Amino acid sequence: MSRDRTLPALAIACALLLGAAALAPQWLVFLLALALAKGLVVLGLVLLMRTGLVSFGQGLYFGLGAYAAALLSHRAGLADAALMIVAGTVCAAAVAAILGLLLARYREIFFAMLSLAFSMILYGALVRSSALGSTDGFNLHAKAFAGMALAAGLERRVFFAVSVVAMFCVALLLHRYLASHWGRLSAAIRDNELRVEYLGASVYRVVYVNYVAAGALAGMGGAFAALAVGHVDPETAYWTTSGEFVFIAILGGTGNVLAPFLSAAIFEGLRTVANQYAPNVWQMSLGLAMLAIIMFLPGGLWTLLRRRSAA
Amino acid sequence: MSAVLVCDGLHKSFGAVSAAADVSLSFERESVVSLIGANGAGKTTFLNMVTGYLKPDRGSIRFEGRELTGHTPREITGFGICRSFQIPQLFHSLSVRANLLVAEGIAAAERAEEATDEVLERFGLTRYGGQPAALLPEGVRKLLDVALALVARPKVLLLDEPTSGVAADEKYGIMDLVMGAVRGQGVTVLFVEHDMDIVQRYCGRVVAFYDGRVIADGTPQRVLGDAEVRRYVIGEEAHAAA
Repeated sequence: MSRDRTLPALAIACALLLGAAALAPQWLVFLLALALAKGLVVLGLVLLMRTGLVSFGQGLYFGLGAYAAALLSHRAGLADAALMIVAGTVCAAAVAAILGLLLARYREIFFAMLSLAFSMILYGALVRSSALGSTDGFNLHAKAFAGMALAAGLERRVFFAVSVVAMFCVALLLHRYLASHWGRLSAAIRDNELRVEYLGASVYRVVYVNYVAAGALAGMGGAFAALAVGHVDPETAYWTTSGEFVFIAILGGTGNVLAPFLSAAIFEGLRTVANQYAPNVWQMSLGLAMLAIIMFLPGGLWTLLRRRSAA
Repeated sequence: MSAVLVCDGLHKSFGAVSAAADVSLSFERESVVSLIGANGAGKTTFLNMVTGYLKPDRGSIRFEGRELTGHTPREITGFGICRSFQIPQLFHSLSVRANLLVAEGIAAAERAEEATDEVLERFGLTRYGGQPAALLPEGVRKLLDVALALVARPKVLLLDEPTSGVAADEKYGIMDLVMGAVRGQGVTVLFVEHDMDIVQRYCGRVVAFYDGRVIADGTPQRVLGDAEVRRYVIGEEAHAAA
């Protein structure tokens, strides 16, 4: 029987990232924090993709998570990062639980387009809301974590360390979930919904649960991104943001729970470098990279690691 | 013996085409019944109505006294009626073992891993266990499809052409395995079949369909000797004329 290497790999990644949280320069901490936040969103997207669904609207939950976290400090005066993360996650999960009742009935292009439509509704509402800063958005300040006041300059490192722990816990949970009966059932639904129904399981229920989980993860990612950037704006819910998540998911592949984080880090790194040296053509470079991935590595970058370990 | 499944006055039309016209049948517990008929005679429509995939325009289907019409395939599976398909319905990207684990998980088997090993063994699928379902030969795909249907321990098992597309020398092997698996389990088996040798060898009763109607119902000897069946199902007259 092959050994499960995900857990040790996850533990090593976690240890390295916690080391980076303490020692790495601020710019790297910022880049990695953003990558982890997006990795959480993409992890949820991978869960949907394993069920055979591609959402072009995860920006909805990313935006909701970011705004819920930001509003807690901006309007309610609760500038505790732990509360903000919980608020972002719960708010996104609650909306996903409502929209999922409808979306779990749709498949393929209809699912993709409906999810996109909902994210654009949120984008439109945010752009038109002057109380939420309209197109400019607004800043947020988290001054404490779980009741402990944070020293000035240390906030972002602490938030990043928390996001590393969150990544570890969520990735571990999802890894277990995918190896469980429900995880196998998700893959079975992707292959053959008819057979699943004829075996006596509810396809709708599995899709719904996975959709809500993906929404919650996107909300958590949004809250972490808001804490890392210190600012929220309607771009978080825009369709290009949702497209970026799909891009990262395809880049990494759906083979392992670590793949979304790895590909998100590569994506953010590439974007930073390309912005610096080729600010006008970086989207074109990403497009070419996507072409190459689809043509030569349809299973994503993770297949490279798998091939290497198989060899 | 008591009837486990009773169909009364079933009608189903697709536009001007009548796929079921006043079909009334009852099936006794632990019986093995073959449904025969030319393509388009209404055999698969009958299975689809019993399993909830199609809703009859009129008529009733009662299973152990419970009305089935209006229930979904999932609910009907839960009541104890399972089926295999003419084109095997498998989880192509999953291994044979994972296919069965999915089914065992849905059936809430207490020891899914052990139960899966047992099914693999019983159906002679152990050596294919790690192979993706997409790469299996047709005979093995058929077996796996039947094995999936049996995992839920059904009271009624419906098999849609279990030996179609299978090499002639494999047909009896497949049917022996399937009948061996249901023997002594109290299962009623209804299977759609075109091969009359299989029909005569494995079933105690034959129902012949033609144009959405039941034209003969009885022992294999009686039904296969019926003039209408020989003409419309077996096609003897046409062969003779040719």
